[in-house]
Amino acid sequence: MTNPIADVLVSETVLVTGTNTTENHPIFANYLKEAVLKHGTKILVIDPRRIDLVDYAELYLQPKPGTDIAWINGLMHIIVKEGWAAQDYVDERCEGYEEFAKNLEKFTPAYVSEITGLTEAELYAAAKLYGQARPASILYAMGITQHTCGTDNVKSLGNLAMLCGNLGVEGGGVNPLRGQNNVQGACDMGGLPNVYTGYQKVDIPEVREKFAKAWGLEAETLDDKPGLVLTEMFPAAAEGKVKAMYIMGENPLVSDPDLTHIEHCVKALDFFVVQDIFLTETAQMADVVLPGISFAEKDGTFVNSERVVQRIRKALTIAGDAREDREIIAELSTRMGYEMKYDSAEEIMQEIAQVTPSYGGISFERIAEKGLAWPCPDSEHPGTPILHVDTFARGKGLFFAIDHQPPAEVTDAEYPFILSTGRVLSHFHTGTMTRKGEGLNKVHSEIKAEINPEDAARLGVKDDDLLAISSRRGSIKVKAWLSDRPASGVVFVPFHFHEIAVNRLTNAALDPVAKIPEYKVCAIKVEKAGGAKKEVSDKKPKKVKKS
Amino acid sequence: MVTLTIDGKEVTVPQGTTILEAAKGVDIKIPTLCYHERLNPIGSCRMCVVEIEGFTHPMAACTTPVEDGIEVTTNSERLTRIRQDSLKLILVNHPLDCPICDKGGECLLQDLVYDHGIDQVEYTAAKIERDSSYATPLIRYWPDRCIMCLRCVTACQEIKGIGAISIKGDGYGAQVVVVDQDKCQSCGECLQVCPTGALTADLSRYKGRTWLLERVPTTCTYCGCGCQLELNVQNDRVIAVTTQDGVGVNQGSLCVKGRFGYEFINSDERLTTPLIRKNGELQEAGWDEALSLVAEKFSAIKAEFGGGAIGGLTSARCTNEDNYLFQKFMRAAVGTNNVDHCARL
Repeated sequence: MTNPIADVLVSETVLVTGTNTTENHPIFANYLKEAVLKHGTKILVIDPRRIDLVDYAELYLQPKPGTDIAWINGLMHIIVKEGWAAQDYVDERCEGYEEFAKNLEKFTPAYVSEITGLTEAELYAAAKLYGQARPASILYAMGITQHTCGTDNVKSLGNLAMLCGNLGVEGGGVNPLRGQNNVQGACDMGGLPNVYTGYQKVDIPEVREKFAKAWGLEAETLDDKPGLVLTEMFPAAAEGKVKAMYIMGENPLVSDPDLTHIEHCVKALDFFVVQDIFLTETAQMADVVLPGISFAEKDGTFVNSERVVQRIRKALTIAGDAREDREIIAELSTRMGYEMKYDSAEEIMQEIAQVTPSYGGISFERIAEKGLAWPCPDSEHPGTPILHVDTFARGKGLFFAIDHQPPAEVTDAEYPFILSTGRVLSHFHTGTMTRKGEGLNKVHSEIKAEINPEDAARLGVKDDDLLAISSRRGSIKVKAWLSDRPASGVVFVPFHFHEIAVNRLTNAALDPVAKIPEYKVCAIKVEKAGGAKKEVSDKKPKKVKKS
Repeated sequence: MVTLTIDGKEVTVPQGTTILEAAKGVDIKIPTLCYHERLNPIGSCRMCVVEIEGFTHPMAACTTPVEDGIEVTTNSERLTRIRQDSLKLILVNHPLDCPICDKGGECLLQDLVYDHGIDQVEYTAAKIERDSSYATPLIRYWPDRCIMCLRCVTACQEIKGIGAISIKGDGYGAQVVVVDQDKCQSCGECLQVCPTGALTADLSRYKGRTWLLERVPTTCTYCGCGCQLELNVQNDRVIAVTTQDGVGVNQGSLCVKGRFGYEFINSDERLTTPLIRKNGELQEAGWDEALSLVAEKFSAIKAEFGGGAIGGLTSARCTNEDNYLFQKFMRAAVGTNNVDHCARL
């Protein structure tokens, strides 16, 4: 996020798109509600799902899935035409405007209406609500990014914010809501194939030299080309290019797109190591499983969506013979001939601060009471809650001219519905944590497919009837939940339950830059399943044979 | 700005400030029960009554705004008697089941009764049987313990913007009920603000005494909000999750996962020993055997095909420190940039 969440309390308008905030970021949603109820903020929801936050919105638009670039360009077309753009800001702080503005010309309300299914009046009202507000904030999540044009969707939102002078100001910003506790931190730490910590690129010789020196290596020993991303690694395994994989704390055998293909890829590996706290669906396929520990048994730091680095603390002794994840990694490294020895997580953070300019001022001591937002370059620096304040990170804010692109897979006569996947409030990701106790399962015991009542009536389906849903890649059976949240023609299925693995259906088509799969759009057919209702059992993982 | 005196101290505060807030600013503590910093004043309990020179009746400090020149007294025999009477009226209905109450030891009512030295209650009332209708799968309602302070109802409305619960009935028959079952998300905001043991976490029932708990401050392990919470630990088990008002982005709030999604930590299904696949089945193994095997296999593949033949996925669930070491391992020990994680999923 460019801005802290509390900033929405001073926003005039907040555009909420591709985020089901009340379910996926419930505490951030508190701020949105408070902004509306106590501070007069107006919320503009533009989302293919009629999410609960719509109850608090000034205006709600329901575009067809996969048409984000079109409606964003459409709003900007109107904003420019009506003279609502922040022209001084654009002139002073940005570049690339002319080509961008030229591209907008064809995105007339009539043209955009045709692509998105929104009316011209809706587009005008939305453009006015965001375009005339100062400051205005944009919140988005995976509904924007999980498309083959995800990168362009995000750039388009950046265009919109710059056009209205809403970047680098309190109450403004382009704010992606991060979905996992430390997804920000995993990126910051160089858990990406193209960068070391703090987004220092692996293909810049000076960067490589710096890390080689810090790590006691010759610069040539460090790989000088970006590696494979997750969504490329599995296919590379099937092709025999990747022979072994080491997975820590992930469950791709439930979370990745086109699972049948992923299973095939994993089986092709010569050697497969999984480090986790449970015998997940992924761990069950491993050659070696290494037991790590949970957040409650270790010291360290997580980075939240606002880039705030915060402490976690050891509260319990370690169960059985499990080991600290960092110790496992260090021991493995040492056994492979590259010695690693750290006595504490704090010692590792000291090394991180030394090699990472944006973390230079972060230490366990400084964040003992309260976290710090990076960039925080030195020990005196107060942290940076708002990015791009006087100047953009790259200097001038760059406008991009972006055209609408249809999703990789569009509906046809055989597969006439659109499938979107995502989460529910009471469960998390692949359910490895939230399904382990009684509590959350009492609140939410079953996964159901959200289907519009009109579609359900046409299919002769009632609540809790079993649906057979298939795509070109696989099929699942899941109970129906008649809901007006999806529009007619769209079905939503959460991905938390391995026994109703919706990722058997999803399309592994990727955004060419971010390599993110198109979870939000694929073509499916939906039928009422024949035969008696079959209860799905919550099978426990296979018992481990004692040696 | 408005200037007034409280217990003889001169205080200057902005117009619109309540007497309670003004007193707090100069470290004068007025007893409160229904008042909660995160909520608009409720004014239901009469504990914060103060005397204002020239007014016959005592006023509630939480709802009375300051006025220029007023003289406020927060402590007198009369006020103590009024407060004692208010507490006694509550105790007519509230059972003294503190020994079996999960809130025992950190109950605001318990503290106030102790502070006011109430050793007997002269009043009695006909007992009204109440059903415990307000009970989500995770939150238990004890209607007899409920003192009708309305904190829970106000928090659901004001903090969560939901309004799933309300009061049904009046007088001693009144109780908290869920007015809209679909809206209640079991977030436990009501539980968090309840000053007594009227709302308790069912998962934690009879699991530990408040004064024996260790509360370890940490960060939530679910979404990217980064809520600050406390793991309540007794006998090396997490038995509850609580928060501190005003701390972190969540300011004391949590969602259903953050508050109740802790059971996995002490799950019997946790892995406690390395496993190695032998004859097609995963079997328990020692660390030395497991780590040697991994190191040998990775080294052999690296030697034959290069580091690029190995891929590593680090974790958005693990700490920065774990992630840093993982990518350092892949780059420095394995010799490849094939390292990624589930940021896109």
